Amino acid sequence: MDFTIKTMAEYAAEGKSPEVLFWVGCAGSFDDRAKKITKAFCKILNKIGVDFAVLGQEESCTGDPAKRAGNEFVFQMMALTNIEVLNAYEVKKIVTACPHCFNTIKNEYPSLGGNFEVIHHTQFLKQLMNEGRLKIEGGAFKGKKITFHDPCYLGRANGEYEAPRMLLEKLDAELVEMKRCKTNGLCCGAGGAQMFKEPEKGNKDINVERTEEALSFEPKIIATGCPFCNTMLTDGVKHFNKNNEVEVKDIVELLAEAEDL
Amino acid sequence: MQYLDNIIFLILLVAGFGLFGKSLSKIYRNIRLGREINRSDRKPERWETMTRVALGQSRMVKRPIAGILHLFVYVGFVIINIELIEIVVDGIFGTHRFLATIFGHTFYNIFTVTLEVLAILVVIGVVLFFIRRNFYGVKRLTMKELFGWPKNDANWILIIEFALMVAFFSMNAADHQLQGAYAAHPIPGSFPISGILLGWFSGFSEPTLHLIERTAWWFHFIGILFFMNYLYYSKHLHIILAFPSTWYANLDLYGKFNNLDSVTKEIKLMMDPNADPYAAPAEGDIAEAPSKFGAEDVFDLNQVQLLNAYSCTECGRCTSVCPANITGKILSPRLILMKTRDRLEEVGRNIDKNGKFEDDGKKLLNDYITKEELWACTTCNACTEACPVLLDPLSIIFDMRRFLVMEQSAAPQELNLMMTNVENNAAPWQYNQADRLNWAKD
Repeated sequence: MDFTIKTMAEYAAEGKSPEVLFWVGCAGSFDDRAKKITKAFCKILNKIGVDFAVLGQEESCTGDPAKRAGNEFVFQMMALTNIEVLNAYEVKKIVTACPHCFNTIKNEYPSLGGNFEVIHHTQFLKQLMNEGRLKIEGGAFKGKKITFHDPCYLGRANGEYEAPRMLLEKLDAELVEMKRCKTNGLCCGAGGAQMFKEPEKGNKDINVERTEEALSFEPKIIATGCPFCNTMLTDGVKHFNKNNEVEVKDIVELLAEAEDL
Repeated sequence: MQYLDNIIFLILLVAGFGLFGKSLSKIYRNIRLGREINRSDRKPERWETMTRVALGQSRMVKRPIAGILHLFVYVGFVIINIELIEIVVDGIFGTHRFLATIFGHTFYNIFTVTLEVLAILVVIGVVLFFIRRNFYGVKRLTMKELFGWPKNDANWILIIEFALMVAFFSMNAADHQLQGAYAAHPIPGSFPISGILLGWFSGFSEPTLHLIERTAWWFHFIGILFFMNYLYYSKHLHIILAFPSTWYANLDLYGKFNNLDSVTKEIKLMMDPNADPYAAPAEGDIAEAPSKFGAEDVFDLNQVQLLNAYSCTECGRCTSVCPANITGKILSPRLILMKTRDRLEEVGRNIDKNGKFEDDGKKLLNDYITKEELWACTTCNACTEACPVLLDPLSIIFDMRRFLVMEQSAAPQELNLMMTNVENNAAPWQYNQADRLNWAKD
């Protein structure tokens, strides 16, 4: 990165607090593909001058995969630790690029004592755009066919369908909707801790089914808003040997590209 | 002996409703075998949801063809039940078309025309449903999991409804001819549909017409009583239980899974540096029965989940959108509810026989629902989104996973690895927490 990423601890040492905490998440921190999404988002925030911090080493898994696998103990251990850290820094507003982190902190932390305003990165960027802080000059994607895959934990789980689409429309691209979109969206196959295990026996893998649907529109880009969907669809595109023709990109990556960041 | 009819009628009526009441009380008892759950909050929202979803059928029309046909049958059913009031009063007091005297000529004509139109819509609905289900090949209605009773049950319902409507039209047509040709009084009611459909009744003699009218009338009445009592054995229970199921539905966002309070208590104790691990439990805690984590059998599920199982009408909208099912895994959300209901029914029969539940060596887990099904779920909530009456098969899957993991440590090996990583490294992969910010240095 050509600028420094500041941590909450550093802000606290200076006696300041940032506008927003960027919750990076495990995928965003460790997964090579997802790290690119993390960086793209940071570049955008940096460019518009949003004062943000990360937790860095003080961040832990939100507990989402453990919870959905059925391990409430591990989930709550993570949750209560995270809540303690967040409350110690008096964090008010959190933004994250992972719908699973977003969902867990937003919906499952409050009854454990963690009350924060949590938003998904697409929602945050939409806010910034409405405030006039983020301006997207279209052009880079003009006329390119993009289809958006709704992440279950952003869409169906939390009812957010509009923010990602609004950002994509700003790119001046040709947005095509799959038949199974929005409330009827089809899972990428990674949710509910499936990301971490082999799928059960069946006719095909869920990500293959989903990618097949996306590819039927012959898009240039399959846009996602979740690091897990990104992995699953990237694998799907590889399955069909289309990785030279079709890209799987997170929305923030597209925005960063449009801004030439 | 002139009151014989009325007496037989009354006996049948009391027996029919009595039997039905008994069935309902059994269902109520079985549902109460589940854990209690507090769903009495947000009452205005609950009434609104029930009105919109159960009464207003708002989610049925998501699939327009099935939605509209269902609306025919549903509205027809509701309105035609007003006819039942007339039948009951006529039956008990020996009157004929009692409502005509109350409604007056014009309004009774409007009433009977409405019934006739709705009845013909019901006929159209059930005939098309029958064709769709048996010959048209809608995938969710022809899946293997419906073979046997579920398929026959669905067809019986359609056949019974068809027969009831035929009786209704025969009764009206015969009555119409009878009144028109032989009675001194003006004809009460107007019967455009039965007039067309059964115009051939015109050549019959008075006794024949009378016989047809009475036979159809009794058939209609006994048919309704029979149908009512058939509900207990049938997926058709949804016509009643859709209402409480939507009222008690989960109103939270789909993504919000419940947190177990018992676990919170333990973790807080674990994390509290001042807690004394050897301290005697506080007074109140001793009485508390040691609770099981998650669900192994129907007793561990909550009462709304059991109510859901009885409310499922096996339409399969959930299964048809389930990503696991679509890609050939054995998970079917519909089957999760059906199996829960089957097990609950079995437990109910056990209680009927023994006075209380005697261990039968079976459990919902493994004997009915397999681990393979449970682990195939992506928790994507497509099933809950698709259900026309807000049932929640996912919550059952989730509670059973909790049992597998927390009581039996029976998760797939890869998930055990993931959970160990989360516990030890604070990430599902085996990376060091200290490296969490390494991306910023690249």
